[in-house]
Amino acid sequence: MESVQYHAPQSLEEAVPLLKQARQTPSRILAGGTDLLIQMRAGVKSPEMLIDIKKIPETTGFEIGADEIRLGAAVPSAVMDESPELHQQLPGVVEGMELIGSTQVQGRATPGGNLCNASPAGDGAPAMIASSGQCVVFGPNGVRTIPVEEVCTAPGRTSLADDEFIQEFRFPTPKAGQADAYLRFIPRNEMDIAVVGVAANITVDAGGICTAAKVTLGAVGPTVVIATEVAELLVGTKLDDATLEKAAEIASGLGSPISDKRGTAEFRHRIAGVLTRRVIKIAATRAGERL
Amino acid sequence: MSTNKDYKWVGTSPIRPDGADKVTGKAAFGADKNLPGMLHGKILRSPYGHAKIKSIDTSAAESAPGVLAVMTSKDLPDLASEMGEAGESAVDFRDLSQNILAAGKVLYHGHAVAAVAATSPKLAKQALKLIKVEYEELPVVLEIEDAMADDAPILHENQFTPGGSQDKPSNIAGKMKLPRGDIEKGFAEADVIVEREFTTPTVHQGYIEPHAVTASMSASGHADVWCCTQGAFVVRAMTAKVLNMDVGKVKVTPSEIGGGFGAKTTVYLEPIAVKLSEMSGRPVKMVMDREEVLRATGPTSASVIKIKLGATNDGKLVAAEGTLKYGAGAYKGSPMGPGCMCVFASYEIPNFVVRGFDVVLNKPKVAAYRAPGAPMAAFAMESVMNEMAGKLDLDPIDFRLENAVKEGSVAAYGPKFPAIGFVETLKAAKEHPHYSAPLGKNQGRGVGTGFWFNIGMQSSATLNVNESGSVTLITGSADIGGSRASMALFAAEELGIDYDLITPLVSNTEEAGYCDVTGGSRTTFATGMAVVKASKNLVANMKKRAAKTWGVEVDEVLWQDGQAVPPFSSGKNPMSMAEIAASAAKTGGPLTASASLTAQGAGAGFGVHICDVEVDPETGKTDVIRYTAIQDAGKAIHPAYVEGQYQGGAAQGIGWALNEEYVYNDKGVLQNFGFLDYRMPVANDLPMIDTVIVEVPNPAHPYGVRGVGETPIVPPLAAVAEAVNNAAGVRITDLPISPPRLLAEIDAK
Repeated sequence: MESVQYHAPQSLEEAVPLLKQARQTPSRILAGGTDLLIQMRAGVKSPEMLIDIKKIPETTGFEIGADEIRLGAAVPSAVMDESPELHQQLPGVVEGMELIGSTQVQGRATPGGNLCNASPAGDGAPAMIASSGQCVVFGPNGVRTIPVEEVCTAPGRTSLADDEFIQEFRFPTPKAGQADAYLRFIPRNEMDIAVVGVAANITVDAGGICTAAKVTLGAVGPTVVIATEVAELLVGTKLDDATLEKAAEIASGLGSPISDKRGTAEFRHRIAGVLTRRVIKIAATRAGERL
Repeated sequence: MSTNKDYKWVGTSPIRPDGADKVTGKAAFGADKNLPGMLHGKILRSPYGHAKIKSIDTSAAESAPGVLAVMTSKDLPDLASEMGEAGESAVDFRDLSQNILAAGKVLYHGHAVAAVAATSPKLAKQALKLIKVEYEELPVVLEIEDAMADDAPILHENQFTPGGSQDKPSNIAGKMKLPRGDIEKGFAEADVIVEREFTTPTVHQGYIEPHAVTASMSASGHADVWCCTQGAFVVRAMTAKVLNMDVGKVKVTPSEIGGGFGAKTTVYLEPIAVKLSEMSGRPVKMVMDREEVLRATGPTSASVIKIKLGATNDGKLVAAEGTLKYGAGAYKGSPMGPGCMCVFASYEIPNFVVRGFDVVLNKPKVAAYRAPGAPMAAFAMESVMNEMAGKLDLDPIDFRLENAVKEGSVAAYGPKFPAIGFVETLKAAKEHPHYSAPLGKNQGRGVGTGFWFNIGMQSSATLNVNESGSVTLITGSADIGGSRASMALFAAEELGIDYDLITPLVSNTEEAGYCDVTGGSRTTFATGMAVVKASKNLVANMKKRAAKTWGVEVDEVLWQDGQAVPPFSSGKNPMSMAEIAASAAKTGGPLTASASLTAQGAGAGFGVHICDVEVDPETGKTDVIRYTAIQDAGKAIHPAYVEGQYQGGAAQGIGWALNEEYVYNDKGVLQNFGFLDYRMPVANDLPMIDTVIVEVPNPAHPYGVRGVGETPIVPPLAAVAEAVNNAAGVRITDLPISPPRLLAEIDAK
């Protein structure tokens, strides 16, 4: 490989022939590039063609509707963080994105890129899954919609075909009494990779009873773990301390974390429980404030 | 001498002369040197932690596109074992050569095996893949205690422990012993004895700028070398030695330097680049990437240190025993010596014995890192001091004051201390509002103290007066901490002219007088002395010129506020330096002055740090919430840069205490070879680090200066650990205090 072709289609239409070419030519979709360019430099990935999707209008905006929130796949996390509306509606999804990398990196890093990098420790995915995000996947034959949890299949692998990319995410607009939150653990305070990340999306009623819940765990398995057992435990309770302790205990037993330079498996299990308890509390408090 | 003396320039904090270029990106660092026709050099590194090299076949690489030279250790002269000076410490030139390119064996993962020069970095990298090396893998030994065991894999078949068996090779490359008094009697007098063993991991200096060099060998055999280094003259000496050249045939020009902390006082790339240039007939540039820096340049030693301390109930130390084992990496030469000399240096202890061990391991050869050997020793000793203070129910600072060395005390390593500032520094710490501030839940406070010798060594300075009266000030001392500003301040003070009229330069080895490395906290002290001496010589010369102009005796002329003042009886007006310079052609020619010296009497530095932390008891995460560094500077020439040294040393020490460590797998392959997972603190991991500059003048320096650069990294390890102990109710003996380790300690209590 002596050179890399770079294309920046201005519309979905313009992207179609490039995507068709990507079936034959080893290619990568480029959004912020904060993972891809580093991997190329390290020789981990050597695409012959880059398709930059940042110039396609559908990928870069976001809209908050009564029923649905649309978030372009290539919206930089700094832009998400600067939006009071997104903070109001999807605080957990924003939290997952705005703590990635440094301020400079946040100017480029995108939710679509973070998801498709398919790192088990990716900070974007847990909250997007907890908040029931759907991906609008674009290809030469049009679009298809899949849940966010169906994108990553293994570390570094996605279910997308070579000629597809994520155009945008769609989230159900949270109802009254519903909110999400994301917490991660790192040994430092920024510029680090999640040892464990936990997201929760909680709905409470006027009496403080949890009526719906979704809890997801990152970095404790090859892909995000959806803690169904935890969610089932929470529904119908007042999210009292005893329930949260029990939730923490269940969460500590989930997934199949590894021991590596970032933490031991045992430590990850422990922290998954602690963060689960803490993040449910944050989401529940936010949910209560939205009644 | 008094610290109250009024100086016009010394003790002020003007902007550094190199500042604007640095913040606007105009300053040229190591990798910024480019020459016409330049090739790019790359290094093939060992994929094994320990292996015999059975054969190397470079033929395919030699004929690869764009390749003009390929070299291995066969292209370097076979040097005999010979010790030489290497900055602050000694080096065996044969080890140095074999570390630059492995001969016979690779001793760590990343050890350089061969090098290629090609017309582009890409072609050079591709050619590396064509070099065929046949290895026979050997077992690795990574831990100090394992390497000292009888059945340990041996790194060097020709290395025997001094004083040990001369038949059986050993990984123990050196031993030392420092005794005083009678320790059995001492411990018998003790009411309380504390004994603990401590470990610290291998840590890297973490300088931002990777090693970089551009070299060009002329047809006449004269090598031009541009590189980032703390000592151009040491690069010259080492490069010449490794290539068997005369030092006069090697010219080294130092670039601006993006961090060194002691580590850029040796060579890795320079001899290779010169040789590749000689072989190819073209200039050769080599730049390491971060992975190479972490895998193959010198970090500082891991350590295993045991301290036994005895005190009486009234708080007097009566006996101490220390066993200090330092990992040297692949070749002998850990900072065992300074570590052993430092460990008890701060206290008056009538009976002690210190034993040191220098142990080789399948890790990169260590390099100097800020007060080499002292932080680990102080972590152990100061932790035991804190525990002892608790057992004796004494305030930890009072306990130290009871035993602190002072003027006239005989240092544990031999000499008698002249005026030193440990007592004053301890008192300043105790009086600081931080020491008595209230703490919240899960918070704790710790103190630690630190000692460092500081050194003098050789320096030169030259002043050239321009015809306008401005001055060019040339030294060969690399500026790693703002020393150019300090040199200009000394000259401004002595000459009586404005700081802005002085242009301080760091020149190359052919144009500057000899200067030893910028290391050992010596530059402001020793090169500063040379600047002061040269300035005095210049003033004497200018007084002579004025006397000649006026027709008076030179000893009738005074030098005041930058001008020569005639005797009143002469009826003449004073002559400014600009006037003297303007008429120099008529009074004896250009005005220049130089001074060279071996500086004696580097004053010892003492520091006391106070650290507050908050621990999350559920995750084991530690946050440093308040930090104060108090240290004796003798005299702060540029107080802002002195504070910068205190803060930088504290930041590095905090990182060492909390999260930094080399993580190896069982094959000796470093797992965290980038700054993402080699966890130095980032800006928001640290609070504002407050500083207090104590000034107890060093009697051996004209302005009272002591070195300040290294002492600040000595106290933090114990200060942080003690703060964690007090916040979490644990007793930390192993670093780093990473969250998984601290959580395990909390569980175990």
